[in-house]
Amino acid sequence: MTDNELVWRIAGGSGDGIDSTSQNFAKALMRSGLSVFTHRHYPSRIRGGHTYVEVRASADKVKSRGDGYNCLLALGDSFARNPQDEAYYGNEEVKPLSENLDELREGGVIVYDEGLLDGSEVDDLDERAEENDWHVYPLDLRGMAREHGREVMRNTAGVGATAALLGMDTGPFEELMEERMGGDILEQNLDIIQMAYDQVAEMDHSHDLRVPEGEHDETQVLVSGSTAIAYGALDEGCRFIAGYPMTPWTDVFTIMSQNLPAMGGISEQVEDEIAAAALALGASHAGAKAMSGSSGGGFALMSEPLGLAEITETPVVLVESMRAGPSTGMPTKPEQADLEHVLYTSQGDSNRVVFAPGNQQEAYEQTRTAFQLAYDYQMPAIVIYDQKLSGELQNVPESFFDREPNPDLGATLTEEQVAEAEHHASGKFNRYQHDPENGVSPRSLPGQADGRFLASGNEHNPQGHIDEDPDNRIAQMNRRMRKLSSIRTELDEAEESNQTLHDPSGDAEYGILTWGSSQGTVEEAVDRLNERGHAVKSLGVSDMMPYPEADVAGFLESVDECLVVEMNATAQFRGLTQKELGRFGEKMSSLLKYNGNPFEPAEIVEGFEASINGGDPAGETTKYVPAAGD
Amino acid sequence: MSAFSAIGEEREIDQNEFTPGIEPQATWCPGCGDFGVLKALKGAMAELGKNPDEVLLVTGIGCSGKLSSYFNSYGYHSIHGRSLPVARAAKLANPDLEVVAAGGDGDGYGIGGNHFMHTARENHDMTYIVFNNEIFGLTKGQTSPTSPKGHKSKTQPHGSAKDPVRPLSMSLSAGASYVARTAAVNPNQAKEIIKEAVEHDGFAHIDFLTQCPTWNKDARQYVPYTDIQQDDEFDFDVTDRREAADAMYDAESRLYEGEVLTGRFYRDDRPSYSQEKQSTGEMPETPLAERYFDDDYEWERSYDFMDRHR
Repeated sequence: MTDNELVWRIAGGSGDGIDSTSQNFAKALMRSGLSVFTHRHYPSRIRGGHTYVEVRASADKVKSRGDGYNCLLALGDSFARNPQDEAYYGNEEVKPLSENLDELREGGVIVYDEGLLDGSEVDDLDERAEENDWHVYPLDLRGMAREHGREVMRNTAGVGATAALLGMDTGPFEELMEERMGGDILEQNLDIIQMAYDQVAEMDHSHDLRVPEGEHDETQVLVSGSTAIAYGALDEGCRFIAGYPMTPWTDVFTIMSQNLPAMGGISEQVEDEIAAAALALGASHAGAKAMSGSSGGGFALMSEPLGLAEITETPVVLVESMRAGPSTGMPTKPEQADLEHVLYTSQGDSNRVVFAPGNQQEAYEQTRTAFQLAYDYQMPAIVIYDQKLSGELQNVPESFFDREPNPDLGATLTEEQVAEAEHHASGKFNRYQHDPENGVSPRSLPGQADGRFLASGNEHNPQGHIDEDPDNRIAQMNRRMRKLSSIRTELDEAEESNQTLHDPSGDAEYGILTWGSSQGTVEEAVDRLNERGHAVKSLGVSDMMPYPEADVAGFLESVDECLVVEMNATAQFRGLTQKELGRFGEKMSSLLKYNGNPFEPAEIVEGFEASINGGDPAGETTKYVPAAGD
Repeated sequence: MSAFSAIGEEREIDQNEFTPGIEPQATWCPGCGDFGVLKALKGAMAELGKNPDEVLLVTGIGCSGKLSSYFNSYGYHSIHGRSLPVARAAKLANPDLEVVAAGGDGDGYGIGGNHFMHTARENHDMTYIVFNNEIFGLTKGQTSPTSPKGHKSKTQPHGSAKDPVRPLSMSLSAGASYVARTAAVNPNQAKEIIKEAVEHDGFAHIDFLTQCPTWNKDARQYVPYTDIQQDDEFDFDVTDRREAADAMYDAESRLYEGEVLTGRFYRDDRPSYSQEKQSTGEMPETPLAERYFDDDYEWERSYDFMDRHR
């Protein structure tokens, strides 16, 4: 927690425009020079229900959701106003106010729409406000919206009101509205924001919460993890995607589908996930850079084509966007519990690349690397991330995206190279030679002269024909498995590691190990722990397969004890680490969370302190698993 | 110059060019109808002047799936029931390829039924050959989706309680723009049907009756057939859906009564999927696969989109 930060929460029903309003709010804060980070919480339903988005903003870099929040904008629920709808949806009128109070910090500010919500119906609101020094501002946001436009514009009134309360200029909001709307709608919205602003500006304010002031050195852009993955794919020349909608994978699928036609690419929404992955293989086999993906249950269906890609050595990138399971689980809630599913699904010995990026920049870069490795080594590469990273927005310097495209097809031959390559006496191209050192036997493409081969899901000889000869089997297996060690060497020798070390004290004695989207939250917790006098560092691991043995072993050797933080109930990443390294079991304990909400930094701080003090580190929402032998 | 010079290369093609000359003898049983499909396919492709390098044959699993091992072209021996999604994406990525998919009745009408329905609906420009021998062969004789009602097998010891699927009617209602049935016992008709299907600009489905001498000696696939195009009794308009549907219903009912009717049952010339997709602006005009070899192509990049994120 920085000393000077705003964590603004907008709450209401799904369908109330919470998402778009919060995006604009975050963008306006970013434009005013602040570092921003959003956290989105929503139920699996189309309208109504309890939903909120937090926008955290600070002059300092923010990498995570905050601990609680300090400003609530409670809008109404869409259904509460129609008595007939109550029969179906229930009366959730007071929820946007009552459901959110537990996490509101001391000294916080509450703005609620008294046109829709009645504060007197909320249990003990006045008492709790007094006890916590909350400052409550009931405003008739619906009335203001009705007066100047339409009722749905009450979110604009809310934005104007909180801006006035926090001492913000409405300029950036007005700019944003001008950029995306016009005509009467724009005029009405501009009137509403001004009216709300003026009305609040005249009121007496008892709170001292102010929007921080900050400045960026360079232009920033606001992106989600899914955007970063889609853009990484596009910059690698991916022009074919096939998919089936499933939350939260749909985000990547949507962004790709919206951009591909204009870029001369192809997007296919197909009958199921088995088909989706199989289409990606077909497109890749014919010579396109292709991807597919899904979330837990849909990815389960892809297990079969995934294995086919492994044995036929068809390059492809699959995205697995995790949500809480098992089975349908909690469709809109984050969890990091599909790691083992992604590492080991499909029959036979696994031969795939798996990356778990820790933030937006890593999502972009590792998606690009995934494509490069998939096409250089002719195997599937998987990017695994979760609902948290998928939807959360963070500002990134615009210049980060100023990269060269890389449409290279990797170990794919041109027709001239095919002509020079070794052929079998029958004229068939030796697609699957036994002996290349790095395991990669380059491919030809259908339509190239004299490049004929058979890509078979059965074990096959160098020309691709079914062959169960034991010597051939060993040669083909060894060659395919050799790719993983070549990739590990290539990644270890790369200029920058995919693993992210965060060591503010320089030579810390304690470690926190984490993976994927928990990385930013862990880093914030590490900063706080160091401020509190502990020498702690963290390593955010992204390479799940091939496992970064040297990086992680080095980290673990350098610390006395290590807490492994992940969002699942069975410590899957810690298990992987112990399996891969075969030691350090006595050094690692786990802090786990799987209630559907991502970690707050304070939970990690508390868990860590309790664990080194020998107390019970399990909080109300977290679980502690001690080290082996403890 | 095209990166795929084998495509459209004009020269005389000998059908022996489609023989791999590399495999040990085919693992199909003596007398298997699958040999008939292989022979008809080789003959058809040679007569159409298709270069083996421009043909992509995608197969599923089972005896039928091995077709790609014995046919010398580019091949993709995929997974059970999934030949169609692989094939149709290859066609989308490089529409100049001549794409043929093949599988068996279990593969095509059972496990891959969903893909069959949707590929037909989308009317991809490709040929789909289903080896229909009314039995699971490679797994040793279990009841298949086309086995007759009452069929007894080790997994259906009391006899199947299910009516068989009607592949022609299924295909027509799903949206295939060319539907035919032929039989391995009639090599000449089979070759002509395959030629028509390959030339057809849309999804061409051939229900190919293949005898299984090992596991299904009772099937009708051996008996003399009637070519509905050559028999005046079956005069109907193949471009009329209702008339075609009636003819199919007739053929599918009579098959299980011992009479085999074969020939072309339906054809329409509506635009193929890639043409439809081009008209909505969702399909590149030149093959996507060509672009990766074009050094002059200017690749767009995500940096061009940054306005929307500022």
